[in-house]
Amino acid sequence: MTLPTTAGRLPAVSTPVRFGLARAWARRLGLLVESKPALVGTGIVLFWALAAVLAPVVAPYPPNANHLAAVAHPTPSATHWLGTDHLGRDILSRILWGARTVLTVAPLAVLGAAILGSLLGLTAGYSRGWIDLVIVRACDIVLSFPVIILYMIILAHFGSSALNIIAVLTLTKAPIITRIVRGLTIELREREYVAAAKMRGESPLYIMLVEILPNARGPLIVDMCLRTGYNVVIIGALGFLGIGLPPPDPDWGGMVKDTYGMMSVWPHMALFPCAAISSLVIGFNLLAVGLREIGLRD
Amino acid sequence: MTDPPILALDRARISYFTRAGEVNVIPDLTFALAPGEALGLVGESGCGKSTVALAIVRYLGRAGRIVSGRILFEGRDVAGLTPDELRALRGHRVAMVYQDPMASLNPVMTVGRQLMEVPMLHEGLDAGAARARALAMLAEVKLLDGQSMLARYPHQLSGGQQQRIVIAMALMAEPALLIMDEPTTGLDVTVEAAVLDLVRELRQRHGTSVLFISHNLGTVVRVCDRIGVMYAGELVEEGSIRHVFANPRHPYTRGLLACLPSLGRDKRQTPLVPIPGQVASALVRPIGCGFAARCAHVEPGRCTSQAIPVRPVAGEPGHAAQCVRAAELPPWERRRGVAGAMAERRSGEVAVRVDGLEKVYRPPRGLFGSGRAPVRALNGIDLLVTKGETLAIVGESGCGKSTLAKVLTGLETASAGRVEIGGIEVASVRVESRSRTLRRTIQMVFQNPDSTLNPSHSAGYAIGRAVRRLRRTAGGAVAREVTRLLEMVNLRADLAGRRPERLSGGQKQRVALARALAGDPDVIVADEPVSALDVSVQASILNLLNDIQAERGATLLFISHDLSVVRYLADQVAVMYLGTIVEAGQAADVFAPPFHPYTEALLSAVPVPDPDAQGDRIVLEGSLPSATEIPRGCPFTGRCPRRIGAICDDTPPPTRQVSSGHRIVCHIPAEELRELQRAGILTRHSG
Repeated sequence: MTLPTTAGRLPAVSTPVRFGLARAWARRLGLLVESKPALVGTGIVLFWALAAVLAPVVAPYPPNANHLAAVAHPTPSATHWLGTDHLGRDILSRILWGARTVLTVAPLAVLGAAILGSLLGLTAGYSRGWIDLVIVRACDIVLSFPVIILYMIILAHFGSSALNIIAVLTLTKAPIITRIVRGLTIELREREYVAAAKMRGESPLYIMLVEILPNARGPLIVDMCLRTGYNVVIIGALGFLGIGLPPPDPDWGGMVKDTYGMMSVWPHMALFPCAAISSLVIGFNLLAVGLREIGLRD
Repeated sequence: MTDPPILALDRARISYFTRAGEVNVIPDLTFALAPGEALGLVGESGCGKSTVALAIVRYLGRAGRIVSGRILFEGRDVAGLTPDELRALRGHRVAMVYQDPMASLNPVMTVGRQLMEVPMLHEGLDAGAARARALAMLAEVKLLDGQSMLARYPHQLSGGQQQRIVIAMALMAEPALLIMDEPTTGLDVTVEAAVLDLVRELRQRHGTSVLFISHNLGTVVRVCDRIGVMYAGELVEEGSIRHVFANPRHPYTRGLLACLPSLGRDKRQTPLVPIPGQVASALVRPIGCGFAARCAHVEPGRCTSQAIPVRPVAGEPGHAAQCVRAAELPPWERRRGVAGAMAERRSGEVAVRVDGLEKVYRPPRGLFGSGRAPVRALNGIDLLVTKGETLAIVGESGCGKSTLAKVLTGLETASAGRVEIGGIEVASVRVESRSRTLRRTIQMVFQNPDSTLNPSHSAGYAIGRAVRRLRRTAGGAVAREVTRLLEMVNLRADLAGRRPERLSGGQKQRVALARALAGDPDVIVADEPVSALDVSVQASILNLLNDIQAERGATLLFISHDLSVVRYLADQVAVMYLGTIVEAGQAADVFAPPFHPYTEALLSAVPVPDPDAQGDRIVLEGSLPSATEIPRGCPFTGRCPRRIGAICDDTPPPTRQVSSGHRIVCHIPAEELRELQRAGILTRHSG
């Protein structure tokens, strides 16, 4: 029956095949524009991505340069739009440069977690039995630790660098992705097309990667988006705890840590980096909400 | 019809408004329903039947709107009702029953509370009185043990019981109009028959008007007085059941009747005639007759130049058709093939041999507790399928027929017994460990068109991959082979690039069939391949299966719950009940007395699209028992209408050879069964 939901899809049926793929993408972009959360989220994320890419060009000063003249009057002014910190470093420049680190580390960590988690989740969900049991229990163990303590122990032991932060975030986030992918796999492995693949003699690896994984991508992409936002918060928190990226390179969390003691006198020093963190997190969350909305409608 | 109609559509135009603009689903619809009358609306999916039902209670969603015309319910235009009046209308004056009962019931509320809510909300009854009403209503819908039923949750009921609860809930408010949208589509034939009889009886007792929407002409005949055939949003033919079935005047009505398998048809004498093409998108509405593009009687110019008026059929009051050639069409001859006269039994090689096959599912033991009882899905199946034949396996859902298919194809392994395919023992060989040759030998076509193809891959990829894996072909040869296979299933080669979301249900099943044929198999297992399709599409897929099988001499194992389809397609039939075969033999023998009492009940439940052949039915009590507790004696004893006594409960019945190749597993001797059954069902199905 032609119900409202399917009615919206009718036009696609009559489009010629050759333009199928291009049209599908155009349609998806169209949907992105139609979902308000997705639109705003994309806007915010794009803004920060541009800021990160263009930081060397648009940042008014080098991020670590001390402007001794400003130390006495660090508040926002015409020369320093967002003011300077207690060492006279331009906050706007540091935020722009800081975006580079956070937008490299957070998505890479999510990508790592997604790859590791997908492989584990597919294996667990597809093979079931004792393999499933081992993987699920291992995930439970990792998830049962208070993560911040875990970060502190690992980073204190191995030293803090961008690479180590990525590794730690990958390891601690992968169990969550594993659970999601495992759940989807358990459902998808019962589909008839999986049975058909078995009947033509496909290997388990092929079935997992080619038959099952592509159909789990919707929820996975939404979750990756959400998790990138969480990672931004965690990277901020690590910086705040002093186990983030080593100084003096700008790091939003570290900027807050260095200056929150002066909150009562010069609140701008901590507030602007905080605002940067929040806006980026909100951006990723809205994008995730929007993608889910589109996914539901599609 | 002197009473004013309870429901009248007066030139109603209903559209959905989407990004692509107005999608006019119903262009101009006029019909009326008298008090106490039952009107059946039939047509393929996409014809606007459900839209009409939703528009009557103004439940079209945000996108849908009644653009012009009026829908009068009890004389008032529903378009002008306030939200409060609408709420009073829905559920009180008009009740609806949908296809999926589980979707209509609240899973976290007991059945009792849901039933009692109706009069408490609409009539302000107190809980005690509402409870009494609910109990009375349960008795009316023939649910025994009402007290305990009221305390149950929906998931504790079978599908048939759930649908009865939904019907009870609908009738609790004493509605003036009951709208039923495919109320029996998801149910087994035996349950469907009971529900249809119930609706008929309740309608007579309460005088409720019924608008009955269905794609199955047989069910409509059972319940309704009048029938309206819808095509592309238009009522192309309308009239009393008797008139329309005896003298269909619209080519579409004739098409629907001609593509319907029935118990009197088999593939040799009365082939099904599918309606070519499919329902056009509502976006482009042709000038003139909407059906012209698919019509065998079309006359260019006359049919396609102006709007087609609805004309009454001479001499038949109330019967009208929207066709310029209605009066010119040749007289309709109802096809009544005389079943029987079967082709000679082939005595070729044995393709599949199954011996004492058993399958027991043992639920995994939990960490604590002893685990649940094992499920005995198959209990000693014996089968012999000759090369080039079609064996149909019939039974209600849960009888183990799909498990049998899975063991044959290696998706499951047997717990005991032997399975030989082409002389190779495969009972305990999982598909992963089967050789390529063996995998090529047996391939499968699945039930659900939406899950049979991977939504992430194109049709061509699915077929091509099968060619590569099963035939070790590579390079350009694969593409040529894909094209050949697509042509074989009557699909255009350019569909290869399409993803499943842009294929229709019938096209998906054709692609799935092409994929199964890629390895050039000797045995094709088809598990309910047409049960999710429209009748017209079903007919073409059945014919295709038949042609391909005949052409290639392949063996077809056809699993189905639909006896009409089985009668049409099968050479051999095996009737399954609770993991055993209760009757097996040549199709002609199985479909003629003596029957096993279960076969007899199944046959009597089949909806027959013929108003003159509506006899009494054998209604099976209850539903298929759980496969965890197999009775000691005959598996069918708990529901058998011909049970003869304690022997049925205690002693496993003997296998009786009725004639060559025809066996019945029953305590009653075949001769006695023949005598018992001669009077009843035979008369109903001679036509």
